[in-house]
Amino acid sequence: MSGKQTIGTVQGRREFLRGLLRGLLLTGLAGLGARVALNRRCGSADKPGQAELCKGCPDLSACPSPVLAADRKVWQLDPAKCIQCGRCATNCVLQASAVKCVHRLEMCGYCRLCFGFFQPGVATLNSAAENQVCPTGAIRRKFIEDPYYEYTIDEALCIGCGKCVKGCGAFGNGSLVLQVRHDRCVNCNECSIARNCPADAFRQVPATDPYLFRTKKGKAAT
Amino acid sequence: MRRMVWLFLLILLPVLTARSENRFPQPQFESGYTMPGATAPAPRAASYEMLDVVILTAALSLGTWLILRKRSRRGVFLLTLFSLLYFGFWRKGCVCSIGSIQNVAAWLSGSGAALPLGVAVFFILPLIFALLFGRIFCAAVCPLGAIQEMMILFPIRIPRPVSRALGLIPVVYLGLAILLAATGSAFIICRYDPFVPVFRLSGEPVMLLAGVVLLLAGIVVARPFCRFLCPYGVLLNWMSRLSKWHATITPDECVGCRLCERACPFDAIRLPMTSTPAESRETGVRRIKRLLLLMLLLGVVGVWVGARADGMLAPLNARVRLDQVLRSHDPVLEKLYATELDAFRGGTITPESLTVEADAVRRKFRVGGAWLGGILGVLFGASLLGASIRRSREDYEPDRGECLSCARCYQSCPREHERLKQ
Repeated sequence: MSGKQTIGTVQGRREFLRGLLRGLLLTGLAGLGARVALNRRCGSADKPGQAELCKGCPDLSACPSPVLAADRKVWQLDPAKCIQCGRCATNCVLQASAVKCVHRLEMCGYCRLCFGFFQPGVATLNSAAENQVCPTGAIRRKFIEDPYYEYTIDEALCIGCGKCVKGCGAFGNGSLVLQVRHDRCVNCNECSIARNCPADAFRQVPATDPYLFRTKKGKAAT
Repeated sequence: MRRMVWLFLLILLPVLTARSENRFPQPQFESGYTMPGATAPAPRAASYEMLDVVILTAALSLGTWLILRKRSRRGVFLLTLFSLLYFGFWRKGCVCSIGSIQNVAAWLSGSGAALPLGVAVFFILPLIFALLFGRIFCAAVCPLGAIQEMMILFPIRIPRPVSRALGLIPVVYLGLAILLAATGSAFIICRYDPFVPVFRLSGEPVMLLAGVVLLLAGIVVARPFCRFLCPYGVLLNWMSRLSKWHATITPDECVGCRLCERACPFDAIRLPMTSTPAESRETGVRRIKRLLLLMLLLGVVGVWVGARADGMLAPLNARVRLDQVLRSHDPVLEKLYATELDAFRGGTITPESLTVEADAVRRKFRVGGAWLGGILGVLFGASLLGASIRRSREDYEPDRGECLSCARCYQSCPREHERLKQ
């Protein structure tokens, strides 16, 4: 009420200390914000040496580098580490998992007998339900030319269980991989599949480069 | 027999893979077949993240104006409803300021965890607003607060000692959340968020149930999560105590009419206290001295307990847990973690280097636990001290820490009605 007349009194001292502490905290919070903002532009963990490059730059706000966008991270699973345990299908916060099987056709051998498609030891190579590895029948098998067959994934049916990935990885080229599909993923703070992944295969990757497909050389690339 | 063939193939597998990456060569098509490429849908655009930040800033500013200048409960309620719909049901409760504590802690721990600017703003901005204007974020912007706000129907009073004691729970929760995030172990605030499953209408059944139970409890105990669980509320409480322009019950001067006494569903209105204390100055000083000593003692006990809590807390880290299972040779545990063990044995890390890694995490837990225990001990002592210090007050005032600035008390003040008439 009488804020102006309290200088020199107990209330006045208290008010002064509160003001001092408030100022300190405001500076601290602003400093934290500034550090994050600057860190984002230069020398972030992904770009070692970036801080060196930016040293002496007159205007950081005009930086044309893609580092700005690369700072945003999204979840992805590394097919090289994935053991196809099946937890992706059940641990996502979404009712139908954001993880789906993706077919890298450029790696596919177009086998007549595909172990991603057929149960081991099938009598006849037809797409009867009991012959298929996929529990939801999400893989389509199409004849191309003798003896090649094309296999494509119907993502609406795929539940991300990884059964086909296991078969293809064990006996085929490994062209089927599980990936977090970013049209579905809500990018939780702590990915609930990552938390339960036994193989530590999930990690956060730059949003500009959000897929980890294996190439022919066995390395992850887009 | 077939099984033997499979086994043979499995043994042969590493040999096969070592020889060539592609076991079956890419066919040369003659029928003019063109290969469809795999689609790679892009994640939500960065501009949307910035939109969240803009809406947060706008909502906080609007909230401040509504609470401090317009003094409109109706306006605050409408803003709360908007926040519930946008941050809650539309954005599914993510990104949220409460969870951002963990991102900041993980980033500060220097383990290389990224802190996106949007998340940093969600952490910093409500705190700055609290330092200046009080808990505007709690009043009208937080979706978790908003969903509970809608449930307040028959609020009961909670005795002050009980609410003080329950108020210590969020402090412990905050400490644990920071420790677990900084050691790279878990984000417990997100995992045990009771309302996100309600916003998403999916998630773990236990947490969905917890959300529903808390909402039902919120009918009689106003905003139970905000007051007795929310870790971000602790930070906002501390900041709000220092606030420069906090909401006041009366627009000008308090006439001491007692009409606002029961207006607050959160028991955050402090009654006038003008009578001189019955005890002498000496006994008062002695009591405070004793409590200061107790604070110090609690701090020491806290450090001692905290430094020994790593046995209990460290297994929450996946690496430590795996190391524990590996070294236990316990068949029950091994069966329970069979998938994890299979994955580990298939990987390239040796058990020895895993132990080294796990020991580093355990060390972090010991050091962090000691700090956490010490700080919690001192804070418990400070809470006792705070409870025993009386400040003389002539007016009805909101408790700056606990007041959520919801603006409910305004309409019970006769001075407010005078103001509105003009």
